[in-house]
Amino acid sequence: MNDMRPIERMTNTEANKITAQDVNVFYGDTHAIKDVNVDIEDKTVTAFIGPSGCGKSTFLRCLNRMNDTIDVARVSGKILLDDEDIYDKAVDPVQLRAKVGMVFQKPNPFPKSIYDNVAYGPKIHGLARNKAELDEIVERALRRGAIWDEVKDRLDAPGTGLSGGQQQRLCIARAVATEPEVLLMDEPCSALDPIATAQVEELIDELRQNYSVVIVTHSMQQAARVSQKTAFFHLGSLVEFGETGTIFTNPSDPRTESYITGRIG
Amino acid sequence: MTDTSLTPPAGAAPRAKTSLLREDAHTSRRNAAEKRFRMYGLIAVMCGILALVMLLISIVNSGASAFRQSYVTLDVYLDEAKLDKKGERNLEDIKKVSTFGYSPLIKNAVLSAMEENGIVIEGLSDKEAGALISKEAPATLRYFVLDNPDAIGTTQTFTLLANGRVDGYFKDRVTMESAALDKNTSPEQLMLADAFLEAGVLENRFNWSFLTAPDASGQRPEAAGLGVAMLGSLYMMLIVLVCALPIGVAASIYLEEFAPKNWLTDLIEVNIANLAAVPSIVFGILGLAVFINFAGLPQSAPIVGGLVLTLMTLPTIIIATRASLKAVPPSIRDAALGVGASKTQSVFHHVLPLAAPGILTGTIIGLAQALGETAPLLLIGMVAFVREYPGSPPDGFFDPASALPVQIYNWTQRSDPAFVERASGAIIVLLVFLLCMNALAIFLRRRFERRW
Ligand SMILES: Nc1ncnc2c1ncn2[C@@H]1O[C@H](COP(=O)(O)OP(=O)(O)OP(=O)(O)O)[C@@H](O)[C@H]1O
Ligand SMILES: [Mg+2]
Repeated sequence: MNDMRPIERMTNTEANKITAQDVNVFYGDTHAIKDVNVDIEDKTVTAFIGPSGCGKSTFLRCLNRMNDTIDVARVSGKILLDDEDIYDKAVDPVQLRAKVGMVFQKPNPFPKSIYDNVAYGPKIHGLARNKAELDEIVERALRRGAIWDEVKDRLDAPGTGLSGGQQQRLCIARAVATEPEVLLMDEPCSALDPIATAQVEELIDELRQNYSVVIVTHSMQQAARVSQKTAFFHLGSLVEFGETGTIFTNPSDPRTESYITGRIG
Repeated sequence: MTDTSLTPPAGAAPRAKTSLLREDAHTSRRNAAEKRFRMYGLIAVMCGILALVMLLISIVNSGASAFRQSYVTLDVYLDEAKLDKKGERNLEDIKKVSTFGYSPLIKNAVLSAMEENGIVIEGLSDKEAGALISKEAPATLRYFVLDNPDAIGTTQTFTLLANGRVDGYFKDRVTMESAALDKNTSPEQLMLADAFLEAGVLENRFNWSFLTAPDASGQRPEAAGLGVAMLGSLYMMLIVLVCALPIGVAASIYLEEFAPKNWLTDLIEVNIANLAAVPSIVFGILGLAVFINFAGLPQSAPIVGGLVLTLMTLPTIIIATRASLKAVPPSIRDAALGVGASKTQSVFHHVLPLAAPGILTGTIIGLAQALGETAPLLLIGMVAFVREYPGSPPDGFFDPASALPVQIYNWTQRSDPAFVERASGAIIVLLVFLLCMNALAIFLRRRFERRW
């Protein structure tokens, strides 16, 4: 677990999936994100690390415009998804969120059955033509969320009746069921045991084959294990961004080094 | 964690070692406070229950007798000489005979019933004997004859209402002493009633017509019923439900989920709260001005009452709905939006079902309030004396009708003490209505909550 050596990295750089330019976020008068520029590549796992309250979740929520739902939040700057500005007036955030899925920091299953939790996304997006197809999608999503074996006998049980870690995996399954192009995960493993964590990490690695994944984590080991790129946030600014290997072995900013070695945070 | 040290400051006395088996002074003080508070709570609950029980007992005591009534079964000879002098069975001619024309027939029937059963009462005039039967009875006879003109000349058996005083005598409201002073009855008449009871001509039984009959004038409390009032109240509740629920829920959803938060919505919010506090009589004036004087809707019609009550109920429903929408955790909305649901989908698929039990409760509380509301209805003319049943909806919404609380108010205004019993009986009916509505609310709540 303490192995900090980065795993073998892909070196061929992919096309940029998301490009953020001079992004600033204000919550009322609080300046939560300051001039962040970052490129998130396709078919890559990007990890956001940083001390609590530095704005990781805030920035993540900018990427699928979930900040729209917070009245006091204001976002400026440009965020391009496949070279289209997602904050353009013509963009419908609903359409965007179908492409950019999200797993939230706190597990938030719908107070419905486990099956309905997962089936909801595919249903509203019309991904299944009939019940059999929907069943298939649900099973696959639950398997990818590493929870199928635990719930396969009680798909009709309420999702809210699961344990915290199971709920989080259910939310992951719900997010992947809609086949998003980008998956944003806000500390998906904070409530999980090592086995489930390993399964989720496996899932992330698998998702990387087709999607771009952004994961916020407080675990340096996890960042080192699953990500190819790492961004270090501190007090709302993006301090350092680069290859995970470089960040963990040879950070250029002293703040990054102190955080990674456990001196700030 | 730099300067502050975790060890206690030097100089502080070390904490004395205490046993867990003995309560220390601090703990016993806290326990005493807790005990005291529990007692206050218990006393408060008891006070509430006591008040409720007393209310129920007093109402049931004075109202339960409204559901029993004295009936007299008589063989009435429908005299052709009185009802149809020409003998042509022409309906127009028969109609010319007013209810007064039927009174002698009833008097004769009473006298012959006395004769048949060998009842002789000293000092009882024929007029008094005839007055044993309610003044409502001639009308009953007349309606029968108009419906069946061929029955003229035959003898028919009728079950007729006894006079209110006689009825009151069997309910211990009227005594021989009070009858002696009463010009509407006499001790002899009551003795006749006793004799009839013994002979089986008169009987006291359950009074369905209290629930079905229309109101009656002040002289015949025995005939007064709640039929028109209940129908009117039912119509108004239907109108309130159909108007207030969709409008209220739609307004709340818009305000809570979609409206931008600015000074305008703040203003609306404050005004809705104010509206909920406006005295109901003001809504009556509003209804009078808008629905009757301006829109030209008929007076004392359920449609007007229903609309006025809708206005009154709306704030209650909106406030309850908004509160239950607010209580839905925002994470549910985030979750729905996160999988790509639109705002509307997130509201209708997730937020609204979760808020439904609360909305339902609010609606039923609002309806219950509306059901018991009197003041605004007085202003729009629902106090009118209505003997005709309103038609079936939707046309019936425009016919004059009464309402339960107004009927109660109305009856308490009348001089005959028999109406006190009627009013209390009507209160029981109203309470039963409310109880049913609350039971329905609880039932629906359970149903909705079990869905997930
Ligand atoms: N809804 C909000 N309203 C006002 N301020 C907010 C809101 N959400 C976050 N903030 C502020 O923005 C800053 C960044 O918060 P954010 O949630 O992005 O931190 P984080 O990096 O995700 O922290 P953690 O690792 O603890 O989850 C914090 O200072 C926080 O107080
Ligand atoms: Mg966070």
